[in-house]
Amino acid sequence: MKRRNLLASAAIGLGLALSGSAFAEGMDHVKACFVYVGPIGDGGWTFQHHQGAMSLTEAYGDKVEIQFQENVPEGADAERVLTQMALGGCNIIFTTSFGYMDATNAVAAKFPDVKFEHATGFKRDSANVSNYNARFYEGRAVEGLIAGRMTTSNKIGYIGSFPIPEVIMGINSYYLNAKKVNPNVELSIVWAFTWFDPAKEADAAKALIDQGVDVIASHTDSTAVLAEAAKTENVIGFGQASDMAEYTDGPRVSSIIDNWGPYYVERVGALLDGTYEQADIWAGIAGGEVKIGDISARVPAEVKAEAEALRDAIGAGTVHPFTGPINKQDGSAWLADGATAPDGDLLGMMFYVEGITGDIPQ
Amino acid sequence: MLRLEKRPTPSRFWLYATPPVAVILTMIVGGILFALMGKNPFEVIRTIFWDPIFGEFAFYLRGQLLVKAGPLILIAIGLALGFRAGIWNIGAEGQYIMGAIVGASVGLAVFPTDNRLIFPVMVVAGAFGGWAWAMIPAILKTRFNTNEILVSLMLVYVAETILAKASTGFLKNPEGMGFPGSRNFSSFPAAQNSFLYEPLGLHWGGVAALVTGILAYILLTRHQAGFQIRLAGQAPRAARFHGVNPARLVVMCMGISGALAGMAGLFEVTGPAGQISIDFNSGYGFTAIIVAFLGRLNPLGIVLAGFLMALTYVGGEMASTNLGLPDAAIQVFQGMLLFFLLAVDVLTNYRFRLSVGGAVKGAK
Repeated sequence: MKRRNLLASAAIGLGLALSGSAFAEGMDHVKACFVYVGPIGDGGWTFQHHQGAMSLTEAYGDKVEIQFQENVPEGADAERVLTQMALGGCNIIFTTSFGYMDATNAVAAKFPDVKFEHATGFKRDSANVSNYNARFYEGRAVEGLIAGRMTTSNKIGYIGSFPIPEVIMGINSYYLNAKKVNPNVELSIVWAFTWFDPAKEADAAKALIDQGVDVIASHTDSTAVLAEAAKTENVIGFGQASDMAEYTDGPRVSSIIDNWGPYYVERVGALLDGTYEQADIWAGIAGGEVKIGDISARVPAEVKAEAEALRDAIGAGTVHPFTGPINKQDGSAWLADGATAPDGDLLGMMFYVEGITGDIPQ
Repeated sequence: MLRLEKRPTPSRFWLYATPPVAVILTMIVGGILFALMGKNPFEVIRTIFWDPIFGEFAFYLRGQLLVKAGPLILIAIGLALGFRAGIWNIGAEGQYIMGAIVGASVGLAVFPTDNRLIFPVMVVAGAFGGWAWAMIPAILKTRFNTNEILVSLMLVYVAETILAKASTGFLKNPEGMGFPGSRNFSSFPAAQNSFLYEPLGLHWGGVAALVTGILAYILLTRHQAGFQIRLAGQAPRAARFHGVNPARLVVMCMGISGALAGMAGLFEVTGPAGQISIDFNSGYGFTAIIVAFLGRLNPLGIVLAGFLMALTYVGGEMASTNLGLPDAAIQVFQGMLLFFLLAVDVLTNYRFRLSVGGAVKGAK
């Protein structure tokens, strides 16, 4: 608690020192509102955002009031919920799913005094819209390494949610880093076309296991994938978005943890003391937004050490998960020897790298 | 001992008393539920039923009621015609999706042409899309005697798959940087279903819903087809003697409900939703089934029921955000409404009788 406060105020102090005075006036009290695509009990994506929201209370106590709405469909309903929040006195609204992009921008244009923060999107039509995202592909690299080392069938799997750059860069990073330690590895991909639907997620996992896959990574929000993997011996998987530590005795060997708390604390803090500015943030392991969950005892010590070394190297900036030479799936060159992927290429990534079979659904 | 006894004729009193009684029971039991969760039940009920119409933000929320009620009413009226004739179209959600896809495709094919005929043509295309999707269960039923409940329901999942294909493939916005979803109709004025009068939330979909309500009422009470629908539902054998062709009735009822659902989808995609996206459908097709029954399968009743349902959505959201109620509690509350409606509805056809010692009093 104390440490959090200290860190937060340090961050604020830094912000104050560095930035100008666009919104120089601070506030005594901030109403921070969150729009969630799933239920806060999903155990994954929404759960983690809500944890982040709760850390605001921890950091600022009574100065911050939190409101949230679960299960908001992406589309017309999102626009109404956002308008209600803005009318209801929210000072800053975090919209935590890609599909809220147009609704966020539409409502933001009508409420210039309210700050809008849209996760994982790219549109900032007005000055009060900011974007934030995390470099989850860095975590995928660590998962890929573990997958490549741990598979005995040399078949690894990935459950895609939607064929968007965010997911495709995760698939590519996972595959490249598995291939690096195990050249015989083959990747199977199943598309669930949902972010949260435990039944569909379990079906996707089952389809992969039926193909002989023994390591599964997933890009969907629930724990259903691990629950399904637990039914077959020798199949392992990863916690997604949240640690999912309850599966540590079962199939879960590690996890990618979305850690939104520090970002929320920083942004609301900036609003409190008047240093808030429009931003487009994309931090990863280095910034603490992406964390790698404990690597379980199922993983041999030397593989664990190798994975942790990769994690630390990515965090230190000495290794980039996408380092050339890398060719695209069709054999054409993408990155030259030693070159690392520019952010623009990653954010618009709609191709598989060489070696992945199958097509991106069109 | 209490016993249920069939009434010789359905009670007119309970026919009309059922919806208000169900609403009141929902408020009472829902209130108890909210109280058990540690919330002030009166405040929650007021937030759901009163605030959207008369509260601080009513100027905005009143409009949202029609936005939400419009598609529900439009779909429910179509469904009610079929339900009255004993034809169970459960797949309006799929017809809604297909209407939106077909209508949007027509509009996007001519992007960015500016012509005032574009939108009307899209509406027709949307109705066609829904109609065509409903014809599959209709024809399978008349030709092969399949069950339209199952076929129309299963086709919802097929439609959802096509929707995913459309948003990641053939309708994907070429300027969307690879992200799924079509172009937004707000940047295509000729094809946009914009508000005609924003404070009331009135767009063409709302107009269509209200006009359809009146037309359907006239159809059912004054027109030969309406008579056939009612007769087929009440007395199928008599209907056949009366010259009602059951196959034609299936095709007609499925066709109308499909076309109306398709139109609702088109108005939604070009208006409030703005674009074809993977999660474009948000359950209107299923909720409309509740609305149809809540409105007693009567077009004018459905208009009222549509607004009531919209109220529980809009107000429910308010309660959820402002009072910190979990979304699941609101869903339970909405589910209760249907439950009590069906439960109280028993009284329309049955009555309670007090029986003594196992023998019915006065019976012999």
